[in-house]
Amino acid sequence: MGSERIYDVAIIGAGPAGMTSALYACRAGFSCVMIESISYGGQLAQTEHLENYPGFNQSTSGFELSEIMFAQATSFGAEIIYDEVQSVWFENDVKTVVCAYESIQARSVIIASGARPATLGLPNEEALKGQGVSYCATCDGNFFKDEDVIVVGGGDTAAADAIYLSRICNTVRMIVRRDELRATAVYHHRLMELENVEIIWNSNVIRLLEDDGRLAGVIIRNNKTNEETTIDSRAVFVAIGTVPNVEFLGNTLELAPSGHVLAEADCRTSVEGVFAAGDVRTKPLYQVTTAVGDGANAVESCAEYLARMR
Amino acid sequence: MSEVLTSANFQTKVLEADKPVLVDFFATWCGPCKRVAPVVDEIASEVAGKAYVYKVDIDQSPDIAAQYRVNSVPTLISFEHGQIKNKTVGAVPKQQIMQLLA
Repeated sequence: MGSERIYDVAIIGAGPAGMTSALYACRAGFSCVMIESISYGGQLAQTEHLENYPGFNQSTSGFELSEIMFAQATSFGAEIIYDEVQSVWFENDVKTVVCAYESIQARSVIIASGARPATLGLPNEEALKGQGVSYCATCDGNFFKDEDVIVVGGGDTAAADAIYLSRICNTVRMIVRRDELRATAVYHHRLMELENVEIIWNSNVIRLLEDDGRLAGVIIRNNKTNEETTIDSRAVFVAIGTVPNVEFLGNTLELAPSGHVLAEADCRTSVEGVFAAGDVRTKPLYQVTTAVGDGANAVESCAEYLARMR
Repeated sequence: MSEVLTSANFQTKVLEADKPVLVDFFATWCGPCKRVAPVVDEIASEVAGKAYVYKVDIDQSPDIAAQYRVNSVPTLISFEHGQIKNKTVGAVPKQQIMQLLA
């Protein structure tokens, strides 16, 4: 099934970068469609409190902010199609985004497909997903009320997860790979103040223990002493960073060794007429604030391209 | 919206159903659940006549959630002849949910 319509801009992904791209594209007078595989909001929708998005304080949840962003973009005429992108054809002036149910044609494409949580890479991890292994503390924390849980990671997401879980769970053990936290300073003090949070430094999770198909604990190894320790727990929350969603791109454009789409602040990729915005592109800081900045910049570059092609 | 089941009708509506059944285990406080809900409703209308689609609120029916070892929401489980056929955890694309019934 293919639609006859050719959009000015097709935006892959409806997270903060995609929704901002849609807002700017529509306001610039371009026809535009967002293609979203699950639901708009992306990782933002799973964020409990957003403290570092100017203009919004702790009282605003990521979920609510994503609702506002979506309403704003669609009020200017942005369309959304719920479909999963399978592959892309960038060779011609009119580019094609091939989805599971239909193909979308557009004169330009903004890739804003974002990133997903990285996995530990352990053999039984996939099988234990939903059976004690979680990548979303705000989604699954309530299942482990008053229990002893584990958070893996030392960045902002891990710190926020540990703080969130400390309010629900009996104890939280944070397994951190290095001897310091990568998380923003504001989190350090809060974590240290929490009596039921313990940080275990210089350690990696090397095994997931299971009992009758459920997580029963983990074995961690101290990467300085090689000492191994078993920790009993029915829940481990993995927050060790993200991997960009780029599989559908194949080798249509240049990727960085990290897997991100190679693009600078102007969001131009190695292919003319194709732009990358948000967590999917190479950049120093992956945040909602930088994602929305990318959305605006991508449309600026895109508008310049479309004007040249007319 | 698809009917929300409880332990009072889960047996008859799901386990004794004459057609395949898709059950969306959700929680009212879970963001990804709210996002999957419209997709599940869309599927419900598409498969009407061929399969049934229901929901289970894990806070209202912790017994059913425990029985099917739901430790993460949303969890989508398909049943056929009273047995679990397929299962997926987390917010996933529509196509992947459809495959649970395939």
